[in-house]
Amino acid sequence: MKLTINGESKEIKDGISLPELLVIENVEQPDMVSVQLNDEFVRQDEHKGITLKEGDEINFLYFMGGGA
Amino acid sequence: MREFSDEELERYSRHIILQDVGIEGQEKIANAKVLVIGAGGLGSPVALYLAAAGVGEIGIVDGDVVDLSNLQRQVIHTTADVNVPKVLSAKAKMEAINPNVKVTVYQKFLDASNILDIVKGYDFVIDGTDNFSSKFLINDACVLANVPYSHGGILRFGGQTMTIKPKESACYACVFDSPPPANAIPTCSSAGILGAVAGMLGTIQAAEALKYIVGVGEPLYNRLLTFDAKTMNFRNVNFKKNPKCRVCGEQGIKEIKDYEAVVCEAKL
Repeated sequence: MKLTINGESKEIKDGISLPELLVIENVEQPDMVSVQLNDEFVRQDEHKGITLKEGDEINFLYFMGGGA
Repeated sequence: MREFSDEELERYSRHIILQDVGIEGQEKIANAKVLVIGAGGLGSPVALYLAAAGVGEIGIVDGDVVDLSNLQRQVIHTTADVNVPKVLSAKAKMEAINPNVKVTVYQKFLDASNILDIVKGYDFVIDGTDNFSSKFLINDACVLANVPYSHGGILRFGGQTMTIKPKESACYACVFDSPPPANAIPTCSSAGILGAVAGMLGTIQAAEALKYIVGVGEPLYNRLLTFDAKTMNFRNVNFKKNPKCRVCGEQGIKEIKDYEAVVCEAKL
């Protein structure tokens, strides 16, 4: 199925869950990202229950704490 | 109406001839009060550009002294400033650039006991801090005090920023909810930062402040601008204000509390 991940169209195997996608996309620490699925943010404790489908748009927004 | 002197008219001439700024815009800049929290990697370019632009009153907050390891990116400080309080070092450079600007220094770190009183006195706030407890505290205070602000974060070769107009646009917590768990997230001191990246992000924040003051263009409301200096790819991610946001939503915060200080070490 086709997903749009961080603005790029990618072919990903059908029926994977959000945590599986995080692994495929090398997000080593899920705590480090805020996940946006089709314009809505997904809470950390809701990741497990989400199965992705054709056409979904996913953004990974990384925590960046630096500034000094 | 404020009367600019001949010196000021010449100093600000490149703003005044800008069609979207003009003399009216420069007057708004001269009447504005901006608070810069952190006189470090982000705060340095922000404070320099806001002073140069002629922002009437600039507050600068930092409880630290200049360290030799700061000078690779904190361009407001010089080698001679090592061990000098950052706010005093910053104030001297800002006044040297533009003596027309009033600089107020707060030689302290902000916490729940003092942040609201300080933030309330300003029209716009810049987050130039280096830790999540401060970033979330600034978001809470600006939402409660209804003061717009610019969030900024940098790490390694990357940066992110968004501008928040409380009650109208999404806040930092709409996107990131709460500080990440201790030790999950590397920071500049543990993971490194390319010095120029701090300048890239800081100047974006300064431009956002000036746009807001003048009332020109489209601020970074409801979107996070992220960039990766390795590829020089810039990206906007759009979102909406979250009605259930723990900070700015319908059941949002009513009072200010400190976040637990997160001790960060690189895991990657």
